[in-house]
Amino acid sequence: MPPEFMSTRPTDPESGGKQKTSAEKAAEKRVEAERPIPGAPAGRELEREEEGVFGEADVTKEDLEAQLNPERRSRLRWKKKEMPGGLWLKCESCGQMIYRKELEEKGMVCPACDFHFTLPGRARVNMVMDEGSFQEEFTELTALDRLQFKDTVLYGEKVRRTVERTKQNEALILGTGTIDGRPVVLAVLDFSFMGGSMGEVVGEKISLACDLARTRREPLVIFTSSGGARMHEGMLSLMQMAKTSAALASLNEAGGFSICVLTNPTTGGVTASFASVCDITLAEPGALIGFAGPRVIATTLKVELPPGFQRAEFLLEKGQIDHIVRRKEMRTLLAQLIDFGARAWGGPKNRA
Amino acid sequence: MSTRRNDTTAAGMAFERPIKAIEAQLSELEAISQRTNLDISSEIEALRKRLSEAIETTYSDLTPWERVNVARHTERPVASDYIEKIIDEFVELFGDKVYGDDKAIVTGLARIEDTRFMLIAHRKGNTTKQRMAYNFGCAHPEGYRKALRKMRLAEKLKLPIVTLINTPGAYPGIGAEERGQAAAIAENILQMFSIRVPIVVIVIGEGGSGGALGIGVGDRVFMMEHSYYSVISPEGCAAILWKDGERTPDAAEALKLTAPDLARLKLIDGVIPEPLGGAHRAPLSAMAQVKKTILETLFELEAIPTERLLAERREKFRRTGEIPGRFPVIP
Ligand SMILES: [Zn+2]
Repeated sequence: MPPEFMSTRPTDPESGGKQKTSAEKAAEKRVEAERPIPGAPAGRELEREEEGVFGEADVTKEDLEAQLNPERRSRLRWKKKEMPGGLWLKCESCGQMIYRKELEEKGMVCPACDFHFTLPGRARVNMVMDEGSFQEEFTELTALDRLQFKDTVLYGEKVRRTVERTKQNEALILGTGTIDGRPVVLAVLDFSFMGGSMGEVVGEKISLACDLARTRREPLVIFTSSGGARMHEGMLSLMQMAKTSAALASLNEAGGFSICVLTNPTTGGVTASFASVCDITLAEPGALIGFAGPRVIATTLKVELPPGFQRAEFLLEKGQIDHIVRRKEMRTLLAQLIDFGARAWGGPKNRA
Repeated sequence: MSTRRNDTTAAGMAFERPIKAIEAQLSELEAISQRTNLDISSEIEALRKRLSEAIETTYSDLTPWERVNVARHTERPVASDYIEKIIDEFVELFGDKVYGDDKAIVTGLARIEDTRFMLIAHRKGNTTKQRMAYNFGCAHPEGYRKALRKMRLAEKLKLPIVTLINTPGAYPGIGAEERGQAAAIAENILQMFSIRVPIVVIVIGEGGSGGALGIGVGDRVFMMEHSYYSVISPEGCAAILWKDGERTPDAAEALKLTAPDLARLKLIDGVIPEPLGGAHRAPLSAMAQVKKTILETLFELEAIPTERLLAERREKFRRTGEIPGRFPVIP
């Protein structure tokens, strides 16, 4: 069963990402200050330190400054730990320093502002699926360096290191199981594997997930967190946007039912393909969701971005998503939706 | 943005300098022979030969970054040139009928000889003023929605669809995000797998990432010889990977974005040859090649029954670029 999430303080709907421009500046300063990371993250337009994804952060001078001056908040980027086992994490939305244990207890939800931190793929699977029901499929598929793409290291070497560190072969976890007794096909993009970026294997596994849902006649549930297409695979990665859509088109034609939950962050080629066109689009509170990354937009246009820009609440207001769902209510809502979708494949009709 | 792009193009075209020098000499000699009685025809002949040799050597060995610059060349034929020069009849249809008319994408009913079709094309313009009005071919969500609406119309009228891709990318802006840029592109990609008429896609200049793919799903995908198609701009790639704009040519090389590279990876169906020295040097003959490809391909596709056409379109992209047998198959 998923961990019991304690209820958090009331949500401030305005809290997700105010004062972003100063945060942008702070984030950019950090980038300057840090030496280039070997194997920079692969998101199309999101830059983020892979190892730091799951909050291996610690208090630094900058963090203390940020606390004194709430304008200076980090955006999307945790400092790499300077001491092992960082005890404190900074919320990317409200800038609060949070005791790590408390954050974990609350299912990685900020106790101050209800921002939902990125969850590692495994934690997500455990949170969503009935205990012991998940049967993982196609774990053996792994990326090939078909372009011999080299930045500081060869892409192939980078993949090898990531596999070693994450103990999984790719950024997508795919399998079958049940949510509160209801059979589903589940696909989870794991941001801790090269920023959840989509290359050939991720694209193929999303397509296989569509195929599985189609042949098993089960609903498809996808969780995304991704910087977009994996540029180390060049056009092979861009074409995954088309490949996944082809598989989804076949699922739709067969009468399938799909739900996608956009979690923080989902941008680029993932948002611009399967993630945006499932039957129901959900998002977690505060999740950054967009086509272009906020930094790209800010630097291209040389403007200040409006408060909460590209956050889930903003997208809801603009009519781009169906529903925002808090983590502790996720299973209940998914189960409800699955029941409503049951008739698509011959479930019981309404009775007179 | 405009000035920067133009500067980049100019700097990127430095490899043409020897060609340009000979061209200048040649036109000078021709002017002299016109206004005087001197017989310099043999000199002119020799210079012409040198010119074509220089073009041939230069263009037979372009680097990927040089190709990107040829693809972006301001004299390269753009959508309006094709409409004017190879399309015999054209009725432009504007607007997404929801939000507005995006000038970065032109759509309309087109005829070449006896072949009628729906044209969907990124639009860049020939002059700076036009380029600005068309937002340099960077479409907003309403552009993609307009394209989809016209494709639906084509489906109803049983007209095939031809798309001409020429965009640096979809526009990254506040309004674009508010109106669902990602969702608009995603919807097009998905729906193009269900449009029940043949679709021919031709990259005529820049194939900028998702913004290109948003009108890029079809039964056949061609690239012109000196066009490019990439997951990210070389500039963007260099900025992310090396945090250094100087490395842009390296990024262009690493991304494998040229037509021959993508044909080798089996991501496209064919390369349309360009006249020696690129389409900007002989626009009419370059466009004639495109016309030939459109007519031949539509003729071929229209003979295929609709159900088979759709199944093959999906299968083609489902297996695109794949090493045979690498991935499992679920029937
Ligand atoms: Zn917070």
